[in-house]
Amino acid sequence: MSNTTQTQQAKKKHDIPSGKRSPAPAEGLSGSEILLRTLVDLDVDTIFGYPGGAVLPIYDTLYKNTDLNHILIRHEQAGTHAADGYARATGKPGVVLVTSGPGGTNTVTGIATAAMDSIPLVVFTGQVPTNLIGNDAFQEADIVGITRPITKHNYLVKDVNQLEHVIREAFHIAVNGRPGPVLIDLPKDMINAKGSYTGHKSVSIPSYNPVTQGHQAQITKAAELLSNAEKPLIYVGGGVMLGEAWEELTAMAERLNIPVTTTLMGLGCFPESKPQSLGMLGMHGTWTANMATTECDVLLAVGARFDDRVTGRLDGFSPYSRKIHIDIDPSCISKNVHVEVPIVGDVKQVLPQLDKATQKPNTDKWWATIRKWQKEHPLRISHKEGVIKPQEMIKAISKATNGNAIVATDVGQHQMWAAQHYTFNHPRSQITSGGLGTMGYGFPAAMGAAFGVKDRPVVAIVGDGGFQMTSCELATAVQYKLPLKIAIMNNGCLGMVRQWQELFFENRYSHSILSASNPDFVKLAESYGAVGLRATTPDEMHEVLQKAMDINDRPVVMDFVVEAEENCYPMVPTGAALYEMVEGDD
Amino acid sequence: MSSVRSKAKEQKQKHTISVLANHNLNALCRIVGIFSGRGFDIDSISFGTGERPGVARITLTTQGDEHIVEQITKQLHKVIDVIKVKDLTYDPYIERELAIIKVTTTPASRSEIMQITQVFRAKIIDLSQDNLSVEVTGNKDKIDAAIEMLRPFGIKEVARTGSVALKREFNGTI
Repeated sequence: MSNTTQTQQAKKKHDIPSGKRSPAPAEGLSGSEILLRTLVDLDVDTIFGYPGGAVLPIYDTLYKNTDLNHILIRHEQAGTHAADGYARATGKPGVVLVTSGPGGTNTVTGIATAAMDSIPLVVFTGQVPTNLIGNDAFQEADIVGITRPITKHNYLVKDVNQLEHVIREAFHIAVNGRPGPVLIDLPKDMINAKGSYTGHKSVSIPSYNPVTQGHQAQITKAAELLSNAEKPLIYVGGGVMLGEAWEELTAMAERLNIPVTTTLMGLGCFPESKPQSLGMLGMHGTWTANMATTECDVLLAVGARFDDRVTGRLDGFSPYSRKIHIDIDPSCISKNVHVEVPIVGDVKQVLPQLDKATQKPNTDKWWATIRKWQKEHPLRISHKEGVIKPQEMIKAISKATNGNAIVATDVGQHQMWAAQHYTFNHPRSQITSGGLGTMGYGFPAAMGAAFGVKDRPVVAIVGDGGFQMTSCELATAVQYKLPLKIAIMNNGCLGMVRQWQELFFENRYSHSILSASNPDFVKLAESYGAVGLRATTPDEMHEVLQKAMDINDRPVVMDFVVEAEENCYPMVPTGAALYEMVEGDD
Repeated sequence: MSSVRSKAKEQKQKHTISVLANHNLNALCRIVGIFSGRGFDIDSISFGTGERPGVARITLTTQGDEHIVEQITKQLHKVIDVIKVKDLTYDPYIERELAIIKVTTTPASRSEIMQITQVFRAKIIDLSQDNLSVEVTGNKDKIDAAIEMLRPFGIKEVARTGSVALKREFNGTI
């Protein structure tokens, strides 16, 4: 892997529009000034932040700056989720600015969420002045130490003349290779000290050169396996989204007529309305996707990491297949599941090469089996007169938005139903905390997406539990007049916890019922100046959705009161293999 | 995969891993953090400047089957400050550890201790009425043996450096 390709790639991702967004080199600038100039030069337009003592000088510089759009969030955790949602929706790194101590520690959940899903973030934290570090000063926290295990890399700036370079390196690291969050800790004296801004754009880190080009011999081996496969399957993960390889993937799967299943993180990389799509696999995957994974003879994993929620019991995972795995991170290969043909590289480069080298396999018999599964075991939606079924709620949202919305979800039952029943046809459309499973993520992430993408509707689908973890952000959404739709799947309980308690703990609903103390979500919305709407029947639901889609000058909170004791199926119980999934009894 | 091979793969074995990394504390903390955070074993670690200024050479000894050690090396490589990771175990390599062993002495025991010291080609580097300190260099087994031989006399303190190792360049037969 040569350095030039790296720099080219970095340039491609951070191509700076010429003209006013390239600040001129200057000397004698304060650290804050250098920071903002470098951000502008790196094509950053939006920062999610919250002021505080240690970063006051930066906020003072921001006061006069018109090139950067600073969004005042209401809690640093939500701000980090917002930057994460912005990154997932736009493909650009999300930027966060918070103060020292609690400002930094509040970002931890957001950073860990981004780290688990490989989302590029650059988080700036204030820090007490260098001479006070280690003194247990007011609002001091060792944020570099705290975030070490959850960042791809982090820095403590000790020289103002290194600041610009550190920021450029941080962005380079955040977006290149397997993306991830990077944190920069800025002591207050570094923010105030005078230094120079050079405008030198090139970044080279001798110790960091991810391999992007796949090994030719491995690609040939993989092509042979695929060409001769009788029951091939492509298993697509979030890496295809991060590597922006959805077109290459779709072209290949269509030409070779190979079925495609996606993980939660891969949803939208392959249009779900195409005949080759089998939907999601894993713990709450479709019957067909899980059976195809079990029965296939060649499994091509693309940018996926064989997570335990995907594989189920390992010795029962795809036992008859030979496996090919394309990933930019060598440590993902053969970590959980042994792979016969590993290909380390950038999926966007490797997929077309593999496509070209592969001959269309004969999959007619395989397709007949798959179609039979699909006919006999479709996703079930139970119907009950006058009651909103959660699956019907997702279907209705899918219909009301023509499948064109960016959908952010929280974590739990509604997340799985959204993954199953919303028809994702476009990449960068499904935003969810897959790896860490962070409740409270959905609403602020949707907010971040809405700041980044103006021409598509953005819907947050959340539960009544998760929404309350970050509902303070209604203030932010109202302040910036975001046309955000927040759909609360209100079942009055922590649905997935309750489901597990029903199935595995003999109905002992220990601390999972919220209904008695839930707020009136309509009034809550209204108190912030948002629109609040409620539906308790399917007819009302359609009305509410219609109304909400027409409101474009402020957020709308839709309180959908759904069937409380509905379970999410199919389900692979913990410790079971994919083929041992249960479909429920209704 | 044949079952013989998978058995060999599952066998827990000692591994010596040599890492070149930027010489800073964040790098060292991240390297150690991989072991604590991912539940890998660490038997010894030594950190010091290598052949280039600003670059540290870290020698780690760990235990695990082939799969675990492969994950360890891959995870180490992911640390941005890490320049190179080499599992020395599969090639000939030279490995040394240094220990200082402080032993209680009596006029009666002193000469016997000195004899043992000679057998291990160790040196006496400190001597007082009641104590003497032995410097012994070798691989881990040799140092373990020296300590065990001296233990009956009464060991007061032991300081060990942990292994340092490099690939062996000499490929002929001795």
